[in-house]
Amino acid sequence: MKISARRVETSTILDVSGNIDMSNSPEVRKALLTEIRQKGVSRVLLNLTGVAYIDSSGVASLVEGLKASRDAGSRFVLFGLNDSAREVLKISRLLKLFEVYDTETQAMAS
Amino acid sequence: MNPITAKKPADMKKSSKLTRVFLLKLELRSHPNLLCVVRGAMEPLMDTLGFSQEHNRAIIRAVDEAVSNVMRHSYQGRPDQPIEIYCNRVRRETEGEIEQGVEILLFDCGPAVDTTKITPRPLDEVRPGGLGLHIIRGSMDTVQYKRAGRLNRLQLIKFKRASQGDCGSAEEKPS
Repeated sequence: MKISARRVETSTILDVSGNIDMSNSPEVRKALLTEIRQKGVSRVLLNLTGVAYIDSSGVASLVEGLKASRDAGSRFVLFGLNDSAREVLKISRLLKLFEVYDTETQAMAS
Repeated sequence: MNPITAKKPADMKKSSKLTRVFLLKLELRSHPNLLCVVRGAMEPLMDTLGFSQEHNRAIIRAVDEAVSNVMRHSYQGRPDQPIEIYCNRVRRETEGEIEQGVEILLFDCGPAVDTTKITPRPLDEVRPGGLGLHIIRGSMDTVQYKRAGRLNRLQLIKFKRASQGDCGSAEEKPS
């Protein structure tokens, strides 16, 4: 799994590629919380276009990001989810809690 | 009711006899880096059995979460403990209708699971963690735990729905 950050206007986009499971989900959590809590970015977008699989520990990291953004008064946005990622969020009844967009353009325009 | 043993097929009460054909056995250590290997083995096997892409993803998800639970809870994060995974093609006849599917059995040598303490948390709570069992139960038709001697045994079964056609190719084309 690889994760990198890029700044676009006042937002940070975190590009993730590979699979997110219990072997690496702490990296996702750390990257999210760094942007939201430490850097105080007003909007963090997580690009999951390159993520083929995400497990419950990955979902837990996303929930932590969501809660941190709510606490900080910022926004946390997901885009590029494949069927697998949507399904796991749906089973967990979390899909509706997140701001989810299909593409980066849509997410940036939100 | 016990949350692990509670999940059974809706029609389990009907008379049905399960027959098994062994397909695959995986032996691995409890290192999280091996989760991707397990997923990588499941996907083509389920393809071979003729599961839909949606069901294939569900099975992979359930197996991955189950193995993760063994690593995290049964072995407390120790990365060098043994896990065995058996995959069987299964078939049952229920009221004259034949259903085919796959059974996955996970064995580990951790301490016995106190099933009264494993309770899926309410999903209306927005907090991280505790989702694995929900995901497993939401993905499979049968999820059943039992202690087998000195081993923990978790049985996962997914049946194909009637509209999915035959899934006998793995038995008919042995490698």
